[in-house]
Amino acid sequence: MMLLFYLAGAVALISTVSVIISTNVVHALVYLIISLLAVAVIFFVLGAPFAAMLEAIVYAGAIMVLFLFVMMMLNLGQATEDEEKAWLRPQLWVGPGLLILVLLTQLVNVLVTQQVDVVPVEVGVRELSVLLFGPWLLAVELASMLLLAGLIAAYHLAKK
Amino acid sequence: MPSIPYEHGLILAAILFVCGLIGVLTRRNIVFILMSLEIMLNACGLAFVVGSARWGHADGQIMFLMILTLAAAEVAVGLGLIIQMYRRFHTVDISVLSEMKG
Repeated sequence: MMLLFYLAGAVALISTVSVIISTNVVHALVYLIISLLAVAVIFFVLGAPFAAMLEAIVYAGAIMVLFLFVMMMLNLGQATEDEEKAWLRPQLWVGPGLLILVLLTQLVNVLVTQQVDVVPVEVGVRELSVLLFGPWLLAVELASMLLLAGLIAAYHLAKK
Repeated sequence: MPSIPYEHGLILAAILFVCGLIGVLTRRNIVFILMSLEIMLNACGLAFVVGSARWGHADGQIMFLMILTLAAAEVAVGLGLIIQMYRRFHTVDISVLSEMKG
C-alpha cells in the first residue's frame, strides 16, 4: 500500500512537471490525464474509493475531454508550437522558480514538524451520501446552482 | 493495513500546487494557464482527501466533491472564453488581451 502511494506520487509529479514544460498542447493534455489518474490511485490508497472514481470519471474523463474538444475546434498547428518554443526561454523560469522554491521550503518545513501516521479508513459511498444529503444538503444545492451558472455562461460565451 | 505518513501526502499536494503555480506564472499560452489552474485545484483536492484520511472523517471528501464541481464550472467558462478569444484575435497568446480598446 505504501509502495503504491509513493509510486503513484512519483508518477503524478513527473507527469505534472511534463505538463508545465511541454510545448505541444495535446501532449500536455495526455500528461495531465496521467497525472490525474495517478492522483486517483493515491485517493484509492488513502481510503477514498468514491473520490478516486470521481477523479477518474469527472476530471480525467469529462473535463479533459472538454479540453480535447476545444483543442480540436481551435486546430492549433505547428506555428503555435514554434511560438511556444520561442516563449519558453530558460531565463523565464528563474525568477518565479526561485520565489516559489522559497515558499515551498517554508511550507515543507511547517509540514514535516507534524509526524502522524495515517492508517487509511475506507469511507464508502454510503457514509458519504448520508453526509451529502444530511448536513451538507445546502452545499449540494449551491453546487448545482454553480453548475447551472457555469452551463449558461459557457453557452453564452462560446456561441457566435 | 500499513500506515502512510500524513505529512508526505500534504507535501505531495504542496509540490503539485507549486508546479501549477509556476505554470500559471511562466506560460503565455492561455490553454496552458487553464491547465495549470486545473493542476492547482486538483492539488487542493488532494490536500482535502489527505486531511479526510488523517482524521478518519468524510468531510474532506465532501470538500473534494465541491472542488470538483468548481473545477468543472471553471473549465466550462474558461474554455468558452478561450474560444471567444481565438475567434477575435486568432491567437492563444494572452498578451494580446492587455491592449484594450473601445
